[in-house]
Amino acid sequence: MNIFVLMKRTFDTEEKISVANGKINEDSAEFIINPYDEYAIEEAIQVRDEHGGEVTVLTVGSEESEKELRTALAMGADKAVLINTEDDLDEADEFSTAKIVAEYLKDKEVDLILAGNVAIDGGSGQVGPRVAELLGINYVTTITGLEIDGTSVTITRDVEGDSETIETSLPLLVTAQQGLNDPRYPSLPGIMKAKRKPLEGLELDDLDLDEDDVEAKTETVEIFLPAEKEAGRILEGDLADQVSELVTLLNKEAKVI
Amino acid sequence: MSNKVIVLGEAREGALRNVTFEAIAAAKQVSGGGEVIGVLAGDAVKDLAQEMIHYGADRVVTVEHPNLKHYTSDGFGQAFTAVYEQEKPDAIVFGHTALGKDLSPKIASKLASGLISDVTAIEGEGEDAVFVRPIYSGKAFEKVRNKEGLLFVTIRPNNISALEHDAGRTGAVSSVAVDISNLRSIIKEVVRKSTEGVDLSEAKVVVAGGRGVKSADGFKPLEELANLLGGAVGASRGACDADYCDYSLQIGQTGKVVTPDLYIAAGISGAIQHVAGMSNSKVIVAINKDPEATIFKIADYGIVGDLFDVIPLMIEEIKKIKS
Repeated sequence: MNIFVLMKRTFDTEEKISVANGKINEDSAEFIINPYDEYAIEEAIQVRDEHGGEVTVLTVGSEESEKELRTALAMGADKAVLINTEDDLDEADEFSTAKIVAEYLKDKEVDLILAGNVAIDGGSGQVGPRVAELLGINYVTTITGLEIDGTSVTITRDVEGDSETIETSLPLLVTAQQGLNDPRYPSLPGIMKAKRKPLEGLELDDLDLDEDDVEAKTETVEIFLPAEKEAGRILEGDLADQVSELVTLLNKEAKVI
Repeated sequence: MSNKVIVLGEAREGALRNVTFEAIAAAKQVSGGGEVIGVLAGDAVKDLAQEMIHYGADRVVTVEHPNLKHYTSDGFGQAFTAVYEQEKPDAIVFGHTALGKDLSPKIASKLASGLISDVTAIEGEGEDAVFVRPIYSGKAFEKVRNKEGLLFVTIRPNNISALEHDAGRTGAVSSVAVDISNLRSIIKEVVRKSTEGVDLSEAKVVVAGGRGVKSADGFKPLEELANLLGGAVGASRGACDADYCDYSLQIGQTGKVVTPDLYIAAGISGAIQHVAGMSNSKVIVAINKDPEATIFKIADYGIVGDLFDVIPLMIEEIKKIKS
């Protein structure tokens, strides 16, 4: 089975965010594989181990993403591809990224593509379904279960807390929701092996794309931090009195109950 | 210049969701005085059309077909595309719900348009509109504008106010016949897990538990409080990791991002990754035994105490108010 995973490098969830010169300050920030993409990588490895085939992890970004691609290889992916847009694109949006990814995948005869359902930085959750549409294949988002039998696929999907069972078939793109699996940590032998696994580097030229083809449709005009919240009131006194005061405040002052 | 805007309405258990009315208000602003057209797709949705008009739509187009009983991206994609082709709008607004998140990128990709997802505020109107959306799960915000072509936005529930309901408003309701076929996904079963039908991302009140809840049973008083307030139960990652509850309840940078009117954090310490998912709630109440817990720093009201003492007392007090 020919399996691809769409991966993004993101800020660690524990990072505080600051803004410098109108941009998110990346100095000294820790980066990780987008947590939802980790579920996608883990699932891809499990599907390959059960059905055979090959897992290729693909990212669009800069040279720095090599570190996260190596981590994915250390988890057990077979190959990695970095489409480096650093020199070509000043501003990209989801339209741009999806177009680049689809251009790369269009002649790869994919059976299954996995991605995270959303990246925890941009938070738009668009690239997966956009790529599926460009490739003309079906997709299912926010999945928590995946079973493949030949070309038949049974999926459990999280829909705002409810759960759907879906029957579909390959080729298919799915996006991972929390609960799909428990991503493994790279083992030491895995890390050693990952160093020798193929990591292909490409640029837009190699995909016969130029900047105009992937020019962003939207643009960010400002980035700002939310206003600091002032510390609130810690209520005092006998517990029953505190609760009574709280409920009165919520009812009369905040008017939320 | 005025824009023609279409809004996809969304029903849940036979009634339109509030986010639909909020989307109509957003569409009005984006239209800059132009026409706002509601779209409804389903197996039987005509009866819901007037409600969209009462909330500000100028007219409504429906697509009815047995294959639209359950949402699938193929089915709703075909239905929406047919209306798009008929109306050729300048802008599209969806709710940023499970359905909106799933369908909007497909449509945007098909139409080779941009898509500004998860908008929480709109500044300016018509062509000049700029859209505010959270990034890093609300640790920061960005303002985005459409550079060219069709404008497409999804709006986060609970952030943009719906217009006043006006039962006197009238408008035309028409239908488009579409043969919904070749569905590549078949929905075999839907299992409802959410409490009392209140969806976490749309709930006005969220009662969330953390490790301090100590067990699956420990969520019971939280559920009782949530039901009493017409809200939903959420959880921190700690509570989910400890198997006290399902991951579908998780609020945080991984998990759901919620912005209810009232967020009650019970036994939650306030890890940065959890705070990212709820810090934009309008009013935050923290209940924690540890007076040093970071959750108190972002709470509007705090009670230092055991949630198993505090929550039952709250339930009693609220019942008194309600009676």
